[in-house]
This record gives sequence, structure tokens and C-alpha cells, in this order.
Amino acid sequence: MPAPSAPPPSEPPAERAAIIRDGLAVGVATGAYGISFGAISVAAGLSVWQTCALSLLMFTGASQFALVGVIASGGAPLSGALTALLLGTRNTLYGLRLAPLLNWRGWRRFGAAQILIDESTAMSVNRDSTESARVGFLSTGLAVFALWNLATLGGALAGRSLGDPRTYGLDAAVGGAFLALLWPRLRDRRNQVVAVLAAALALGIVPVSPAGVPVLAAAAVALLAGVLTHSPDPTELPDRDDLPGGGEHR
Amino acid sequence: MTWIAILVSAVGCYLLKLAGLSVPAAVLEHPVVERIADLLPVALLAALVAVQVFASGSTLVLDARAVGLGVAVVALLLRAPFIVVVAAAALSAALVRLL
Repeated sequence: MPAPSAPPPSEPPAERAAIIRDGLAVGVATGAYGISFGAISVAAGLSVWQTCALSLLMFTGASQFALVGVIASGGAPLSGALTALLLGTRNTLYGLRLAPLLNWRGWRRFGAAQILIDESTAMSVNRDSTESARVGFLSTGLAVFALWNLATLGGALAGRSLGDPRTYGLDAAVGGAFLALLWPRLRDRRNQVVAVLAAALALGIVPVSPAGVPVLAAAAVALLAGVLTHSPDPTELPDRDDLPGGGEHR
Repeated sequence: MTWIAILVSAVGCYLLKLAGLSVPAAVLEHPVVERIADLLPVALLAALVAVQVFASGSTLVLDARAVGLGVAVVALLLRAPFIVVVAAAALSAALVRLL
């Protein structure tokens, strides 16, 4: 139980250790699916270097999958880049929520920004002090960063030696990956409607537009729903329970 | 071209993260802007699922990938971890192609 008032200047060592342990668990589980990113990216036609550059520099799973997914379906790399950027805007939202809690200034903010992702957000946004929020953010963010990049390299090297990706169903894995990323947000009724409309719109214009464009066009559904609806979204911020490796610690 | 796309979007994604931590909340904290930022992943991920599974170039198709997606749904309903969902989708599609 956290202290109800006047948080102590620093966390007791036991609580600090527990937060770090949870962060590492999330890092291990998330890292494991970095293997699938590496394999899928190489199957999409990216080189091992390009695949690793994405995990090192972009470091936000959904955007990385989007970029390689659009390229895999024959879309222009720049439509993939645009899709990745649009998906990356949710990290801005997370940052807005976390900034007052983490309360970092100067160069630390530039470092923290690179590991601002779903996982580090979920493991810090509900903490009751700046100290424990920082411990949760750093332990999760750094563990995911290290293991995600290692796993990406492993998956890319393995994927390169597999041969035709269709034999192993790697093309079908991409759809499964996107669905798994979307799944936690589908608990909300409005999100379900937005998802169905976006999917229908994208499929509707597949026959009449170059690959990559249908997905970008689906952003219009988000724009429209954002302007026309007013209810809050309970799934707006990632939840610990939805993270790989994060659920069993409740 | 692929390298340019990678570098441009990587820098852009970093700046989006940095903006969230750096820009005064008042600048970006507008209800409509926040709702759109919140709904964009839903719309884009749903569209990505649809296109990855049911499109081939500029034609709509129903093939082994749809089976993979169905298996992914079952795995998610069973609360399987991400890697299991992805692997199950891949393996089931591969099996269907073998038949």
C-alpha cells in the first residue's frame, strides 16, 4: 500500500526493487516479440541493417511494424513513413501525461524521450511519486530497449536464413501483430466502431488507390470521430495488464 | 528510398516523443486534438489489419492469411502473449498452404 499523504523523499528499497523487477519482466516479454519484428521486417524486403536501424532509432513497435507492413504490401516507403509518424503521435499524448510526473529537465528529457513508449508509460503513469514513476519508467524503458534491439537482430538474422517467408506464414503474422497491438483498445465501444469503419474504408479503396494509401486514408475516420464524439476513452493510456509480462504482477 | 523513409520517420517519431515531454501542456492539451491523437492508433491499426490480411496489391482476396487472423483472434481471446499470437497466425496460415 502506498502512503496516503506526504510521500517519502525516496522509495523504500523493497518497493524500488519490486518496481525494477516488474520493469525487467516487461522488458523480457516485449523483447521476445522483437524477434517477430526482426523476422517480419526482413521478410518484407528490408535489410538486416535497416531492420536494426528501425529498432534502435525509431524504437516504437507499432510504428516500426507499420513501416515494414506498408512496404511488404508494396506501398511506397514514404507512405509507410507517414503511417509510422501518425501512429507515433500517441507517444506525444503519453509524454504530456508523464511530463509533470517524471519532472525531468535539460538533457535528461532528451534521453527519456527515446524510451517513451507504451510499456514505459504503462509502468510509470499510475505511480504516486516522481521517484517511483522514474524508477518504473527507466527500468522498463531501458530493459525493453536493450532486449527489443537484441531480439530484432536475432529475428532478422533468423528471418534471412528462412527463405520464402510465405512458406512459414510470415505474411499472415503481420496481420496478427497489428491485431494484437490493437486489441487492448477494443474494450471501448467507440473504438470498436472506429476500428470497423477504418477497416471498411481502407478495404473499400484498396482497388482504386496505390498500396499504402488505404491505411493513410483510414486516419480520416479518427479525425472525424475525434471531432464528432466527446466521450472519454478508458483505454487511452496503456495499462500494465495489457503488457506482455505485466499482467501477472497484479 | 527505404533508408530515407526509415531515417525521416525515426527522427519524426523521436521528435513526437520529445514534444510530449517538452512542450507546455497548454499548447497541445486541446480536447479535440487529444481525442484525435487517441483515436489515430485505433483507426490505423484496424486499417493495417484489414489491408495486410485481405488485400493483395490492389485486389481484395480471401486466402490463408484470413485463417491466420482467425487463429490470432482466438489466441487473443485466450489472453495469449503477443509472441504466441503472432506465431499462431503464421503457423496456421503455413499449415493451410500445405493442405
